Amino acid sequence: MTALGWLQAIAFFLIILAITKPLGTYMARVFEGERTWLSPLLSPVERFIYRVCGVREDDEMTWYVYALSMLAFSLIGLVYLYLLLRTQKWLPFNPAHVDDMAPDLAWNTAVSFTTNTNWQFYSGESAMSYLSQMAGLAWHNFVSAAVGIAIAVAVVRGLIRTSTKTLGNFWVDITRCSLYVLLPVCIVVGLFLVWQGMPQNFHAYQSVTSIQGFAQSITGGPMASQEVIKELGTNGGGFVNANSASPNENPTPLTNFVEMLLIFAIGAGLTYMYGKMVKDTRQGWAIFITMTLLFFAGFAIAYWAEAAGNPIVHHLGVAGGNMEGKECRFGVAGSALFATVTTDTSCGAVNAMHDSFTALGGLVPLLNMQLGEIVFGGVGSGLYGIIVFVVLTVFIAGLMVGRTPEYLGKKIERREVQFAILAVLVTPVLCLVPAAIAAVVPAGLATLNNGGPHGFSEILYAFTSTNANNGSAFAGLGPNVFYNLLTGVNMMFGRFAVAVPALALAGALAGKTAVPESSGTFSTRSPIFVALLIGVIVIVGALTFLPADSLGPIVEHLLMLQGKTF
Amino acid sequence: MLSQRRLERRPKARSLLDRPILTRAFWDSFRKLDPRWQARNPVMFVVEVGAAATTIFFIRDLVRHGGSPGFDFAISAWLWFTVVFANFAEAVAEGRGKAQADSLRRTKSDAYARVLREDGSEERIPSAALRKGDRYVVEANEIVPADGDVLEGAATIDESAITGESAPVIRESGGDRSAVTGGTRVLSDRIVVRVTANPGESFLDRMIRLVEGAQRQKTPNEIALSILLAGLTIIFLIAVATLAPYSVYAGTHQSVTVLIALLVCLIPTTIGGLLSAIGIAGMDRVMQRNVLAMSGRAVEAAGDVDTLLLDKTGTITLGNRQAVEIISAAGIGARDAARIAYLSSLADETPEGRSIVALAQQAGASLDSARDKLGQAPDGATFVPFSAYTRMSGLDLADGTRIRKGAPDSVLAWVRESGGTPSEELSPTIERIARGGGTPLLLAHNTLIVGVIYLKDILKPNMTERFNRLRAMGIRTVMITGDNPLTAATIAKEAGVDDFLAEATPETKMELIKREQSSGRLVAMTGDGTNDAPALAQSDVGVAMNSGTQAAKEAANMVDLDSDPTKLIEIVEIGKQLLMTRGALTTFSIANDVAKYFAILPAMFAVAYPAMSVLNVMRLSTSQSAILSAVIFNALIIVALIPLALRGVRYEPKGANRVLFENVMLYGVGGIIVPFIGIKLIDVILAALHLT
Repeated sequence: MTALGWLQAIAFFLIILAITKPLGTYMARVFEGERTWLSPLLSPVERFIYRVCGVREDDEMTWYVYALSMLAFSLIGLVYLYLLLRTQKWLPFNPAHVDDMAPDLAWNTAVSFTTNTNWQFYSGESAMSYLSQMAGLAWHNFVSAAVGIAIAVAVVRGLIRTSTKTLGNFWVDITRCSLYVLLPVCIVVGLFLVWQGMPQNFHAYQSVTSIQGFAQSITGGPMASQEVIKELGTNGGGFVNANSASPNENPTPLTNFVEMLLIFAIGAGLTYMYGKMVKDTRQGWAIFITMTLLFFAGFAIAYWAEAAGNPIVHHLGVAGGNMEGKECRFGVAGSALFATVTTDTSCGAVNAMHDSFTALGGLVPLLNMQLGEIVFGGVGSGLYGIIVFVVLTVFIAGLMVGRTPEYLGKKIERREVQFAILAVLVTPVLCLVPAAIAAVVPAGLATLNNGGPHGFSEILYAFTSTNANNGSAFAGLGPNVFYNLLTGVNMMFGRFAVAVPALALAGALAGKTAVPESSGTFSTRSPIFVALLIGVIVIVGALTFLPADSLGPIVEHLLMLQGKTF
Repeated sequence: MLSQRRLERRPKARSLLDRPILTRAFWDSFRKLDPRWQARNPVMFVVEVGAAATTIFFIRDLVRHGGSPGFDFAISAWLWFTVVFANFAEAVAEGRGKAQADSLRRTKSDAYARVLREDGSEERIPSAALRKGDRYVVEANEIVPADGDVLEGAATIDESAITGESAPVIRESGGDRSAVTGGTRVLSDRIVVRVTANPGESFLDRMIRLVEGAQRQKTPNEIALSILLAGLTIIFLIAVATLAPYSVYAGTHQSVTVLIALLVCLIPTTIGGLLSAIGIAGMDRVMQRNVLAMSGRAVEAAGDVDTLLLDKTGTITLGNRQAVEIISAAGIGARDAARIAYLSSLADETPEGRSIVALAQQAGASLDSARDKLGQAPDGATFVPFSAYTRMSGLDLADGTRIRKGAPDSVLAWVRESGGTPSEELSPTIERIARGGGTPLLLAHNTLIVGVIYLKDILKPNMTERFNRLRAMGIRTVMITGDNPLTAATIAKEAGVDDFLAEATPETKMELIKREQSSGRLVAMTGDGTNDAPALAQSDVGVAMNSGTQAAKEAANMVDLDSDPTKLIEIVEIGKQLLMTRGALTTFSIANDVAKYFAILPAMFAVAYPAMSVLNVMRLSTSQSAILSAVIFNALIIVALIPLALRGVRYEPKGANRVLFENVMLYGVGGIIVPFIGIKLIDVILAALHLT
């Protein structure tokens, strides 16, 4: 580890810290329906959209209407993308004459982008037309992010509203989110990326001869416009297969830095928005601090493991950190930081090969996803994910002070516990089941590149990543019908089986009255609460996944120390 | 003296570790192995299924001469022990209640009742044949055959069979002391009683059912916690079940016995096994304080109480206010004022009234005392009783003279209504008395204000301390009093309560409760009068005094057999302790899993991945010993924690954050460390005994 490496991480964090308050304040205004400085420009557009779609702005929805709207919207988007991918051959903007996608892969991809996962069992260069990229994938990059944020906002409303059944209007929330939050940032930062050298064109693929003398076909296309939302919306689906490791998708160290900032920006901002909306910004900061501690813990382990490198390689006389599968431009620190950031959130963009990380270096992204991606997290999903954890922590802690637990004055009782358990405990575990099937059936083992614990890590990573809607690949695992179908189901489950209980939880909370705070109530802003929250997140996550992880990365690490690799 | 006569008293509370209780609990813990019983508790049900499955594998290995039957036997035996230990905890918790129920049943009389027929004739029928509305007569040395209200007469009654208190109580017709309880014994006099409960619904029947826990239902918090535990159980079920295919991938085979052992160690058996014992013991602790809680829900709600409404009289101050001075109005002689005060209180049997009579007599109001018998109005006079609405009492004499005493504003209003124009000259006196924490009673003779009686309140000792304790728990105390705001403010300040409701009427009291509840607070109160019944029913925790009326006792969700209003404070503490014990053991249970993983996982994969022995941080001797030690620890920890579950964790009111910190350190961090030591210790013992 070098001072420069740590400096990069600290500088990165400080900028995130600086963004948090202004972005959070702005988002709070957006979702509370107040005027912002962009309103003069955007509110006519917004009203036009409502008029065209027949949305009545002040129509309030109960939690299940909200959930049903969300599900219907997602289903339509899924079908639309599926049809687009199945017919792209006959549609315009297809300079490379890319063929239609096979049904199982199209299903997998459609689910993947609808659920904000962006798991890619295809290579963008050879399987996607420019139209599919723009009108299909980029569209979902925007709206799936907006859906996540909308759910988070609805959950926050559940906490602040009392004695009501409604959580806001889904259509208004996704419209305002897309218009006021996502689009302005994308336009500005997109232009910055173009300036840094990222392609933004409709050119046909260019054939070049590389310095080594190989013939290469280089993709052009509307890359910058898609790249920015890929990170901002924690989508992570690369325009090309190499994702942000490719010089076109990530031309300079500066773009690398900005891409990481985009990944964390909204997640961090949402914590402040949360504090602002519940009228106690310290509640938001308590969550921010929890996330920060988990972020640095993850980065420290990943960076340490990658910088320490592989002793077997060291014996061969190659000193230094583990550079296998990394871009020299980003180095060990830049790659470890990116890997941590992309899995703390549900992004899944990568600038290095996670498969080539050391065992422990690879364990960090895996654990980050297993803990539920609540470190700033997926846009929206990170906030509602951690709120559900907070509810569980409050329940356990509340009992310990001898009072029916309450959070922000809302009593946590049977229904709340029920939904919270469903959302954060039961659903993640379910990725262990398909992984278990894949580990023993021939179809699961057929496309596996590696054997031993490393091969197992590849399987476990695939199902963890899809279940958590991350989408980053450990790689080493090829697509086949078995994986296409199973990971597709897993992604659906990971998204909606968490979001719907979270909304139900919000609905239950909204119906309650708020109890005023007294000295009998413990503070949910205190260091001890933050420590307890981290304890619950880590212990529950560790207890659930330790057996599986120990058979993958952990034993692989121990064997590496004995000089064995896979 | 009657009070020294000892009849059959309710037995003194036994220690939980009493031999008969333990013997009974021992057998009960096997009886409870019935799967239908276990199914109520998902965590322990999983353990029982696991125990049964490992037993089958043990038998199979024994028959086939394969596998390792010795190990299978040890695991399955300890899994059965785990279930039995949990059952034992529950059975011990139930034990004291059951013993009490038995002795209460013995007091249930199957004697005869003397029913009064319409025509006034008496008939002897079995007391079980009494129905609501029947009237019966009961006399000295007879057992009261059924619950009821005294219609005629007054009697001293020994209620020790129910309350454990040997001093006899007086029960009389009218007022708030008219309820008699079946199973108690009349010591003197004769009363006529109207039956208020059918057989099987009597107070004694309810009490038996309650102490026995026959109708025990899970409380809301218990249900929420059970859901959490069930959720964790599902998670571990999946985590362990998927280990089988993962092991196949890794090229090794896991025996079902080992997987079940791991599963049982991981699921929260400690809290799962002790959960119902904690609840029952909480109810039992309330019972030991001589309070009858109608449901576990009420005890739990007590822990959540935000606002405590305390009647000033009897709770904050000693019940008897003493008249200390009679101040006559200008132009009225001291003796005249004393005489009117005397008359006004002749028929007033409250301690206050009697103290006024005594004071007036001292002041020379010794008129015709031969004729004016205490408790009886002069001939032809009618007594106007005190009511919470008029807040006055007095006499209407035969000659039309009307005498009233009562709260100054009420009396002034009454004088005005009667056509008088009361002078305000006594206002400074009234204010002086009120400001001094006393109660001024204005005395009126027809349309004339004749003086003020100074009633002095005497604060109970140590109350300030208790209110500070409540404040530290985050509970706001509100004093309820019929006094005027000035008096109330002084006493409230002196006693150290947070707020007060002065000039309280049943309506304002009800309003206060509803207002507190609408802002999300839970309200507790005590009461004994029929007037209190609606408020008792409305409040979240209503404690009725056993000395109170049937109506109050039915509306309340707890009855204090000692009729001690300050008991509410202890009930709140028990409620808090109940939740804390659950929270502490849940945290402990989950934290324990860390060490169990370190014991079992390396042992499971010792063959496939010898490198994993690095994770065997406890350096357990063999794989089998590691797994067995974890299972044994898991079973024994239940036994070790039974005393804590029954006693409840220590509760000190010192602010929620402080309590949280201490408990997280003790049960969270402690829960991580303890099993490392415990499992290692068991492993050492097993190795020393060559058991593995």
